[in-house]
Amino acid sequence: MPAPLLELQNLQKYFPVSTGMMLRRQIGWVKAVDGVDFAIWPGETLGLIGESGCGKTTTSKLILLQEIPTAGTIRFGGEDISGLHGRELMRYRREVQVVFQDPYSSLSPRMRVGDIVAEPLEIHTDLSREALHERVAEVLELVGLEPEAARLFPHEFSGGQRQRIAIARALATHTRLIVLDEPVSALDVSIRAQIMNQLEHLQQTLGVSYLFIGHDLATVAHISHRIAVMYLGQIVELADSLELCAKPLHPYAQALFAAALPSHPDDRHEKLTISGEVPSALDPPSGCRFHPRCPHAMPQCSSETPIRKEVAPRHMVACHLY
Amino acid sequence: MATLLRVSDLQTHYFSFGGARVVKAVDRVSFALNEGETIGLVGESGCGKTTTCLSVVGLLPPAARIVGGSIEFAGEELTTKRPREMRRIRGRRIAMILQDPMASLNPLFSIYWQVAEPAYHHQGLRGRRLWQRVQDLLRAVRIPSPAVRMREYPHQMSGGMRQRVVGAIAMAGGPKLIIADEPTTNLDVTIQAQYLEVLKDIQQESGVALIFVTHNLGIVAKMCDKMAVMYAGKIVEQGAVRDLFRSPKHPYTQALLGSMPKLGSKEPLYAIPGQPPNLAQLPSGCAFHPRCAHAMPQCVSQAPDDRRIGPNWTARCWLLDQQAQEKYASAIA
Amino acid sequence: MADVTEQMGAGAAAVAREEFAGTGRRWSSLARDLPVLPLAILVPFVLIAVFADWIAPYDPTEPIPGAKIFEPPFWMQGGSTHALLGTDFQARDLLSRLIFGARVSLIVGMMGTLVAGSIGTALGILAGYLGGWVDQLIMRLTDAWLALPALVFAIFLATMLGPSMWNIIIILGAVYWTRYARVIRGEVLSLREREFVKLAEIAGGSRTRVILRHILPNVLNSTMVLASLTIGVVIIAEASLSFLGVGVPPPEPAWGSMLADGRSMLMVGDWWLTVFPGLGILFVVLATQLLGDWLRVRLDPQLRNV
Repeated sequence: MPAPLLELQNLQKYFPVSTGMMLRRQIGWVKAVDGVDFAIWPGETLGLIGESGCGKTTTSKLILLQEIPTAGTIRFGGEDISGLHGRELMRYRREVQVVFQDPYSSLSPRMRVGDIVAEPLEIHTDLSREALHERVAEVLELVGLEPEAARLFPHEFSGGQRQRIAIARALATHTRLIVLDEPVSALDVSIRAQIMNQLEHLQQTLGVSYLFIGHDLATVAHISHRIAVMYLGQIVELADSLELCAKPLHPYAQALFAAALPSHPDDRHEKLTISGEVPSALDPPSGCRFHPRCPHAMPQCSSETPIRKEVAPRHMVACHLY
Repeated sequence: MATLLRVSDLQTHYFSFGGARVVKAVDRVSFALNEGETIGLVGESGCGKTTTCLSVVGLLPPAARIVGGSIEFAGEELTTKRPREMRRIRGRRIAMILQDPMASLNPLFSIYWQVAEPAYHHQGLRGRRLWQRVQDLLRAVRIPSPAVRMREYPHQMSGGMRQRVVGAIAMAGGPKLIIADEPTTNLDVTIQAQYLEVLKDIQQESGVALIFVTHNLGIVAKMCDKMAVMYAGKIVEQGAVRDLFRSPKHPYTQALLGSMPKLGSKEPLYAIPGQPPNLAQLPSGCAFHPRCAHAMPQCVSQAPDDRRIGPNWTARCWLLDQQAQEKYASAIA
Repeated sequence: MADVTEQMGAGAAAVAREEFAGTGRRWSSLARDLPVLPLAILVPFVLIAVFADWIAPYDPTEPIPGAKIFEPPFWMQGGSTHALLGTDFQARDLLSRLIFGARVSLIVGMMGTLVAGSIGTALGILAGYLGGWVDQLIMRLTDAWLALPALVFAIFLATMLGPSMWNIIIILGAVYWTRYARVIRGEVLSLREREFVKLAEIAGGSRTRVILRHILPNVLNSTMVLASLTIGVVIIAEASLSFLGVGVPPPEPAWGSMLADGRSMLMVGDWWLTVFPGLGILFVVLATQLLGDWLRVRLDPQLRNV
């Protein structure tokens, strides 16, 4: 079994919350990420789903080194990335890129597309101008755009095309892992499938791994090999995509699937088992964080935090029911 | 069931650059809605679904005008109404729910006043009876402890709550028709599900008709009885939701359904080639032809008419003519 | 509603795209409705200033041979056509002095604005992007600078450094950079959070690279608007300094010093010595303000309507 490309162990990120204008007193922590473990293998897609406040954005920021973890480790290619600086840091940045949700603000408006795509190459390599041009043309074609697009500006492209440019840029330096943060949510429905197919094709051709963050279950389930479900800073279930869709085990995951929109009017109408809203991460419930809203809550749930167990092959759940 | 709303041949155009440029946002759109029914207006950005709704309630921006067709609501013709008359209809008989609840709510007024306002103006309720009505409305949208929450302000509530308040405001005037324009786009999955349940409950209790404007076929599958698929300002197919989902007749409808990822299936998605059209520069003939897998020469030169497929089912496609011809031919043979 | 705006946006974008390709769409679409009034004043002004040597009838520092002092303009009694707008207290041609004075105003205005803009923009970018103590330091510096009355400070510096055109340029630049610093810093604060900047940072771009390739080009619009608005201020400042005698030194003509020279003669009715330079200052500054306003509306995507 090959080693995982990216490995998160017991990752925590707490943000301090303080009050007062002059003498700032700290009154608590927002536990945005509280004990997250998962791994991504080369060439696979891990989907991360959860609702607002679950910590998936913070997790992606930690992976992209935009935030520093409070505790826990992130390993890339076996190496701990927390102490990286200098050459190793650049190597990490070269191999891990991101594609954001909004195609209209993620491309520098005053730069030509060719320069935008070439930027990571300029930062990390010292290829000649011709070599840069060649590589830019190569990746543009990979994402289904004409090489001539390099001379144009972002505003001359549609949303879907801009996302392709963003993807091309993310691939330029032979990236090994791309963090995709809701990459198709802002696109028209008919364009989403184009981009999804493109992403899958790129993965098959290049062997790049994806961390696919999204809120639409069907979209995430389609493109991911495995899915991790997050709730209030923790991963409550992690399983193969099809297995999770067929048999979600954690009550929150079950609620998510019950709440998901049907794809056909004749689809079985599952009863909604959840009510209320996600509590604030400032003062999360004790024990299992889902217990106040859980239809199967037991006394144990409010006092003890469940640990993750492998309940079926490659299917982990953190719940006292199992 | 009585027909509540009948839109016939509606044409709404946008005029810009001093009249030099005309964009046909709504190009001969016809559909009907009975009391208590829910219709989904489906399409992508720029297809004209929002403009259609704005035309119905008379809230078009200054650059747009209804240039033809009729909108009949509860027996009255809306296109010829004066602004003053439309003001009486809006809120009281037709209400709208918009996408962003924060934009729909006034940050300076309490929930009570905002929900009470339509009831105050349109139903003349005052004092104790008004207070009771607001409480009933908030309870209908499943807001817990309504008497307490009604004194709060929008910024003190979460997104899901706010959207429900918007729903309560919409219901406050006692309308017969609510137009909901992408009301759940910004909501989380479970919040969205709860909200849709609330809308269904309201509908069952009060018999209000709903127009659901969305690009999300899942919402249509869950909430609507009928659906109308729009493309480039025209309705390309409309009929019962079950019929369209089971065997869609128009290539665009088929393509949309094929491009939706389905939970629990890894079937490859059908990616419609090309981009949604630019209304200022529409392709000739059938606007979908550049992206259509079944395009024929005829599609480039002539825009197809509406063809009847079933009692309440129509679609605009030359393929149907061909299929009808083939059926006819094989029937005589 | 997204649908509506996108329809309009799609229509308008299509128009723009089909008519103007590629680089700086906004700049090329500027050609469509230019502000006539400011340009009608400024274009001649610049041309006159540039071609002063060829246009001016006489050497502005030398008296016209054979002319009297304080000759009125040619259409008045006592005037003659050899000095169209009259002569000053040294029998120098007023018209030529006006023309060369335009050059001084233009140079000082433009160069002073350039110095102020460069200092202010650079400090604003550093403060906004680097944040922390750099930001604090620069902002406190800006506050302190702003506390000084601009003109008084300029006068002080001028008397310290001695009068000469280049000193004035540097002084005015040093006095007026603060407005740039504040505005640009604000813009950079919001630009910094934009996704394309984050992307560059995540890709490993150094701070220098991010500033030069992503931040700077996107604040240039504001810089230009500010510049066009500042030119007027600088021209007036220069005129004030010259008026007070600490600006461009004689015999070099400057509109401000011409105002000062002619002031005493106003009492006896020789109005042309002050009115013409005064009008010059008035129109040029008015034109730059109008141009700056037009640019601001034009380049700010939120204020433009389709």
